Amino acid sequence: MSIDPEVRIDPEVRIDFADVHVRLGTRDVLRGVTASLPERRVGVVGANGSGKSTLARLINGLALPTFGSVTVLGLDTRRQAARIRRRVGFLFTDPDAQIVMPTVAEDVAFSLRRKGLAREEVDRRVTEVLSRYGLAGHADHPAHHLSGGQKQLLALCAVMVLEPDILVMDEPTTLLDLRHSRQVAALLRDMPQQVVVVTHDLPLLADFDRVLVLDEGRVVADGSPQEAIGHYRKLMA
Amino acid sequence: MNGLTGAYVPGSSVLHRLPAGVKLAGLALACTALVLLRTPLALAAAAVVAAALYALARVGVAAAWAQIRPVRWFAVALFVMQLIFAGLDGAISTTLRVVLAVALAGLVTLTTRTGAMMAALERCLSPARFVGLDPFRLSLLLSLTVRSVPVVAGLAARVREAQRARGVERSLRAFAVPLVVSSLRHADALGEALSARGLDD
Repeated sequence: MSIDPEVRIDPEVRIDFADVHVRLGTRDVLRGVTASLPERRVGVVGANGSGKSTLARLINGLALPTFGSVTVLGLDTRRQAARIRRRVGFLFTDPDAQIVMPTVAEDVAFSLRRKGLAREEVDRRVTEVLSRYGLAGHADHPAHHLSGGQKQLLALCAVMVLEPDILVMDEPTTLLDLRHSRQVAALLRDMPQQVVVVTHDLPLLADFDRVLVLDEGRVVADGSPQEAIGHYRKLMA
Repeated sequence: MNGLTGAYVPGSSVLHRLPAGVKLAGLALACTALVLLRTPLALAAAAVVAAALYALARVGVAAAWAQIRPVRWFAVALFVMQLIFAGLDGAISTTLRVVLAVALAGLVTLTTRTGAMMAALERCLSPARFVGLDPFRLSLLLSLTVRSVPVVAGLAARVREAQRARGVERSLRAFAVPLVVSSLRHADALGEALSARGLDD
């Protein structure tokens, strides 16, 4: 594996999987994953059922290892999941499952409910994040009237308003058309956060710093997008 | 769907600017007054007041009708039942009471953001802390209930489409089973999303 040292970010901002096994019922979803991820943009690919979504969920403690450990920003996901979730944003495939409030601005503001901020500050942050992702004109619109792409952007706003250190995305472009997929790809390029993206959308990972390939719960390739995606294509042939 | 989903209609009227707590207290008082009004004439006067409040809120006729529309058949059935058992005066009074209460509640949801409503409810429910309940979670429960209406309606529409595509439109089982399964899946995903947004600590 060859990773350009230039793409390494703050050494504190990193994710470590140490011999992680996850068993769900009688099925071994992950079988001994060990990886340290200091790069800014990391992609994860693999066939359906290969364990890649579980790997993503491990990062903010939505899933816990059966054996082994996951450390994020120096915190153990098994014991400090709540602290980790305050610093790790998670974007799911289906934005409908993430939208909690009836209108766009209210849903973004909802993320800040437990921050104890003054109303003016909440409004300022909500307006700023909606403008950044092109939803300023929809602030008072019912969230369920948005298109699929706009809903995904809303879900992203609800995460980004919390200014997370790490953003984990589970198949963020699966339900999007080409234009919105490209918009998400462009947004990913500009994000200062560390980003981990699980996807089947291989072009999305073209300029990523590192890509892991999972097969039957194991990391079978790990390196630059060209190397890893080449391996994945052979695996799927 | 507006009436059921509590969709807020943006505006700057006096009613929009009133604090949510004041509107909820006003709604409680108005509903009590509706029960105390005995004659159809007094209730007709209350209907004029409700119409004036809608005009004051400037939410539009379509939004106003959307509040009453879901209960129109219930109102007709209620009127007929009351006509049989309580006479014409009783039927008019009871039906007007129910329709006006729904209309006034709708007016509160049309002019109040859900966030403001949740904050007001949280304050009202703060004594619940003494019996170990979290007011934030209670108000969140209400908000999620409101939010779930269009989501479940969307799931039902998808299931109906799938039924049509497979030619089993009349099977209740073929409608209910996938709807329940997809609703439970949605509930699971929503719970996970709330955890991911840090709302489980």
